[in-house]
Amino acid sequence: MTAQDQTSFKARAGAALADTTLKLAIDRTTGTAERKRAAALAGFPEFEAARARGAAIKDHVIANLDHYLETFERNATAAGAKVHWAATAEEACDIVVRLCREADAKHVTRSKSMLGEEIHLPDALATAGIERVETDLAEHIIQLAGEHPSHIIWPAMHRTREQVAVLFNADHKPPPDAEDPASMVQSARRVLREKFLSADVGISGANFLVADTGATCTVTNEGNAELTTTPPRVHIVTAGIEKLVPTTAHAFALLRLLVRSATGGELTQYTTFHCGPKRPGDADGPEEMHIVLVDNGRSRMIKDEFREMLRCIRCGACMNHCVVYRQIGGHAYGGTYPGPMGAVLTPVLDGLKQSRDLPFACTMNGRCAEVCPVRIPLPTLLRAWRVRSWEEGLEKAPMRAGLGLWATLARRPGLYRLASAIAVRTLRVLGRSGWIRSLPLAGGWTEHRDLPAPAGGTFMERYKAERAKGDSR
Amino acid sequence: MSTASGPRVGLFVTCLVDAMRPQIGFAALQLLEEAGCRVEVPRQQTCCGQPAWNSGDAADAASIARQVIAAFEPYDYLVAPSGSCAGTITHYPELLARDPVWGPRAAALAAKTHEVLSFLVDVLGYTPTGLRLDASATYHDSCSGLRELGVHDQPRALLAAVEGLELRPLEGDNVCCGFGGTFCVKYPAISNAIITEKAEAIDATGADLLLAGDLGCLMNMAGKLHRRGSKVRCYHTIEIIAGGGAGPAIGETP
Ligand code: SF4
Repeated sequence: MTAQDQTSFKARAGAALADTTLKLAIDRTTGTAERKRAAALAGFPEFEAARARGAAIKDHVIANLDHYLETFERNATAAGAKVHWAATAEEACDIVVRLCREADAKHVTRSKSMLGEEIHLPDALATAGIERVETDLAEHIIQLAGEHPSHIIWPAMHRTREQVAVLFNADHKPPPDAEDPASMVQSARRVLREKFLSADVGISGANFLVADTGATCTVTNEGNAELTTTPPRVHIVTAGIEKLVPTTAHAFALLRLLVRSATGGELTQYTTFHCGPKRPGDADGPEEMHIVLVDNGRSRMIKDEFREMLRCIRCGACMNHCVVYRQIGGHAYGGTYPGPMGAVLTPVLDGLKQSRDLPFACTMNGRCAEVCPVRIPLPTLLRAWRVRSWEEGLEKAPMRAGLGLWATLARRPGLYRLASAIAVRTLRVLGRSGWIRSLPLAGGWTEHRDLPAPAGGTFMERYKAERAKGDSR
Repeated sequence: MSTASGPRVGLFVTCLVDAMRPQIGFAALQLLEEAGCRVEVPRQQTCCGQPAWNSGDAADAASIARQVIAAFEPYDYLVAPSGSCAGTITHYPELLARDPVWGPRAAALAAKTHEVLSFLVDVLGYTPTGLRLDASATYHDSCSGLRELGVHDQPRALLAAVEGLELRPLEGDNVCCGFGGTFCVKYPAISNAIITEKAEAIDATGADLLLAGDLGCLMNMAGKLHRRGSKVRCYHTIEIIAGGGAGPAIGETP
């Protein structure tokens, strides 16, 4: 279960819609992201070819996952790292907690990792009594606020600068100048640096796992991953098995897509390959490096209709361009991953029953698939969940009955024409002014907008009448 | 006028146009004939099945799809005044992929299915002449037409041929209006937030008219604009191209 709370999707969405500060924060971040991505792509004419290649790389790895997993394990082990396998989120957390205990860790630093959120590592560490220090600025903010990420690239995007100032004021001693973003960043840096350097264990995620070198790759703009992974004695990487790429060149091919799609940059400020622990003669680095490879439903996806979702490189472009996400933000989705990709993944992770609203709370406008750098057909995958929902009988009875009646009519053209003609006449009576302001059974529509009355007569009736006139002439 | 040699077109009226705004269907009929097509309206048509398909009811969607295929496969083309319905028909091969008989028939129909405005321009090379409408208009790209069928330049090209019509850019013209079929009644609050932004953007253009190529989206936008007291009048693009710009807009009584 990754559901953050037990309220319904509609209740969470409703609360989000009522929060004008949230909307301001969402518009600022997604608006900037959209503009910067568009500018980056304007200067990247080979984008379509790069997308095709990106999708092909991921598909190839997914089709040959066993091979690349074995290759990666062999090469990572040869480089001195220890590879661990976790079938479930619980197993992954148990491994990490055990490694922390073996290292006798009092506190651990962590750099942003959505996989860590997916397996609920923060909770597992808290339960184990291990102090966790988030080194990513945005993760630091939501840790102070006691929240979960609301976006996979900007976890604290739901918080405005002004709200962050309030959080820092309460926590940082001495408090920073709330009017000055630079002073706030400086303050976070000061608070976090002390912890970076004294941590026993650093935990990171990975953007790529490079099979032929056994390296893990992280990209950040703050450099916090480097400070998480280098000074502590033990470095633990948690990564989903779909993060594999055959070679470093493939990682770069995907990076070109990832960074442009996420932030509109050409490359992140920091792109680091971690290949095993500190070797004799190295200036720095951890004494031990552990890589926890997490399945958590992924090998099941290889075999079902959601296979293409394993291409995802977690760039966030789909949510930045989603009309629904841009109204309700990330928390309303109720899972680890929000937006279109989250609406596909959350039912995989939490079960369809708990997250049935997500694949339906979508207008199917297709903009997500249009921007996805690895061409994931997100609407098709959402529709696949809708089919499952129907087949598993999760659709509510009134909707089922209504659709059943409509489908029965739609298969009988004569009857359908009659029903349409009756409906048109009824609506014409209700909407003599041209508009219907309120209509029982269509309250969802008329609560917020007027319904235009039919213009008069159905096309089929009028066409038939005109033809008859024409023939008798 | 239709010619004996022109392509035979089956006009898929769409259930929404049939019931709510027949003049869109007649505008399509008129223009297709003017462009030289022999147009017929098969009586076996009802709906493309999209409500079932989008609800996950694949069995009903497939049986409606088979009915549409049988009714329209005799024609050279299936043409619809809606990117959304035409888009659904182009997805029939997906829906019937595992059916050895209907799968290939679905593929054959999908290959000759078109949205009417893009069909007029891309396939028939039609350019309207002698049109005049003194008004300013803004244009919304309906999502299915835009992303599934590549309807973007064609309606703009047709509108550019209307003398006196000033086309004003719409901020976010490629962003969904929040209709989404059953979405707007299943999630009314979210839909409302989306359409509110769209209506604000439309009003901000100061245009007299809002044009689009899908009646579902148009009813959503027109309904919201009217509720807000906006004076913007809404038409399907094809009504304007067929010279119907003087007739009542959506929601107006003659
Ligand atoms: S689904 Fe595509 S667009 Fe969305 S996060 Fe994944 S890679 Fe990016």
